[in-house]
Amino acid sequence: MKSDNQTTDTGIHSEAFLRRLMRRQLVLSGSCAAAFLVVLLGLPLVNYYLPELMARRVGGFRLTWLILGVLFFPMVWLIAWVFIRRSIALEREEVTDGLAAEKARANGGRTPRA
Amino acid sequence: MNIDPWIFGFSAVTVGLTLWMGFRSARSSKTASDFFVAGRSVSVGWNASAISGEYLSAASFMGVAGMVMSTGYDALWYPVCYACGYLFLLLFIAGPLRRFGAYTIPDFAEGRYDSPLFRKIAVVFVLFIGFFYTMPQMKGAGTTLAYIFPGLPYWAGVVLVGTVITLNVSLGGMKGITLVQAFQYWLKMFAIAVPIFVLMSVYGSYGRQLELGGGGRGATGGASQTLTTERVGGAEMIRRPLPAKAPGDALWESPFGALTTKAAKAAKVSDTRPYSLLYTYSLIVALVCGTAGLPHILVRFYTNPDGVAAKRTTMWVMILIGIFYVFPPVFGVMGRNLMPELYDGVGSKGTDKVVLELPRILNERVPGLGSVMSGITCAGAFAAFMSTFSGLLVSMTGALAHDVYGRMLRPQSTAEDRMRMFRLSAVGVGAVSVILGMQVEPFQINFMVGQAFAIAAASYFPLLFLSAWWRGMTMKGAATGMLGGGLAAMAAISLTSFSDLGWIQLGDLWVRQPLLRILCEQPAIWAVPLAISLMIVVSKLTASEIPVDIRMKMLVLHAPEELGLKQEYIEEHQHGH
Repeated sequence: MKSDNQTTDTGIHSEAFLRRLMRRQLVLSGSCAAAFLVVLLGLPLVNYYLPELMARRVGGFRLTWLILGVLFFPMVWLIAWVFIRRSIALEREEVTDGLAAEKARANGGRTPRA
Repeated sequence: MNIDPWIFGFSAVTVGLTLWMGFRSARSSKTASDFFVAGRSVSVGWNASAISGEYLSAASFMGVAGMVMSTGYDALWYPVCYACGYLFLLLFIAGPLRRFGAYTIPDFAEGRYDSPLFRKIAVVFVLFIGFFYTMPQMKGAGTTLAYIFPGLPYWAGVVLVGTVITLNVSLGGMKGITLVQAFQYWLKMFAIAVPIFVLMSVYGSYGRQLELGGGGRGATGGASQTLTTERVGGAEMIRRPLPAKAPGDALWESPFGALTTKAAKAAKVSDTRPYSLLYTYSLIVALVCGTAGLPHILVRFYTNPDGVAAKRTTMWVMILIGIFYVFPPVFGVMGRNLMPELYDGVGSKGTDKVVLELPRILNERVPGLGSVMSGITCAGAFAAFMSTFSGLLVSMTGALAHDVYGRMLRPQSTAEDRMRMFRLSAVGVGAVSVILGMQVEPFQINFMVGQAFAIAAASYFPLLFLSAWWRGMTMKGAATGMLGGGLAAMAAISLTSFSDLGWIQLGDLWVRQPLLRILCEQPAIWAVPLAISLMIVVSKLTASEIPVDIRMKMLVLHAPEELGLKQEYIEEHQHGH
């Protein structure tokens, strides 16, 4: 089913490499999602518990209308921008890690620690 | 009949130009692979415009404004979540799917679980959701035609537009060409923004209009019954009397307003706000998860040369659609003050046409200007429903001709047979869409798209999310969850829609059980967890059926493309099978 070199416990085919890879990606995506969800799911709660504050007029807008109808979009851009920058950097790191792990496996040694 | 030549002219030019561009580019790229490869030579800017062009449908262009006008603040969740859902897609789904190289959900279903059976299930589901998504586009078409040709019945507009687009698709034009889609984005952006700025310069800014629509300065609520005018700066603020059917000022402007409290109000509950909060959350879940599961959006992630370009493109898409979504609510707000007679209209004569008709009031000030502006928004509306309906028709017809016919019914058929089948299926899918579209005049465009999103949220989103991030998932788990969640959501939604159309009598039940009504009308809040739990439980029960090369599959989904695991995976698969 599988050739021998793929069931080794080092290199890019190893369990350790995959776990580390997925965990780091999930942490990044998850923290960006959390930042976004706090605002998205928090707004109805703020509307619910602080109706007077959210009904205040700002330049003609109710505060909550201004947040949802206008200010929300730049916030999403900011999160997307942070995520894209970090994920490009993370991917570059993963390539370096992967190549190093492969090299170590070829030499028969252990995965080098960063 | 009294047809405005400007409005007719702009619309006709848009239709003609779209058809011509489609045919011209279709001639130069014949096959599906041409379409994908052609995209790879396209710059980030063009590609981002094309994705945005494909994304903005009749719901975004006409429906959001109509819904903000009729229900106020509550409707703002729609544009915001349409844009935010894209972020979720970027965070969790786009990267893995791109690396895996699956162009469609059926491709992904088959590749991830090595199961042709699952592919078939997924194809059938693509068709189901597709039809839910074509209905609002048809409503948009019927509404626009009924506006351009006063006196033309709604159904005639649906038939006319449906026929033209179906013929166009079946003859080979309109194959989701990057250039056409990019052009459509800028047309829609221009068509929504320019009339807004002209209207604001004459009748007052967004904020001032909103203040007026909420009852003016120092007002305490209650609908205005008289014509009021007020001078602010250079603009003359006008507010025409609201008809009795319109929601009152305080309700319209506040969170937990006309849309989300409807069910609880009908049941005469003393405190409607908790019901409203539940409705709001269910709507948010449906829209955010639904966007992340919409099949025709995923395809475009592959039309980039590499992962970094794909991510840059996504950033630009978020900016382009985010800017767009600021504008439609402004139409809704101005419509409330300046064209309140739309509240009394039903079906295609109602608030869904505010984007088309509102600019015409400029004729009062500058004769002719209003007609030109209204012509521009009509052109944008055509661009919106034509591009979305064509895209859906192409993907649904492709699924029928290549998957259902080419793989399931007659695997030995020739390419010529399949081409003939493609044309035949296009006519079939087009006809069904037109018939469905004729039934839905009473529903708001935006509401119907929300329903399609709720079904996608309960089926595709859990499938894509768990398949990409959880290695314990099995084919049986995935299929059970997708079908269980999707069909349950679909059943609940159909129940409310059929009762609203008067096909079944459930009015008394809804009045007695407002909670049930909310959970049926917006099922995402229970259907998404249901799908996820089904997936986890069934996968655990069938854990022995986890694909044997799961570690390799997960590596392909997550390891950077530079490590070359994808090629290795493909080679291994060719040897192994």
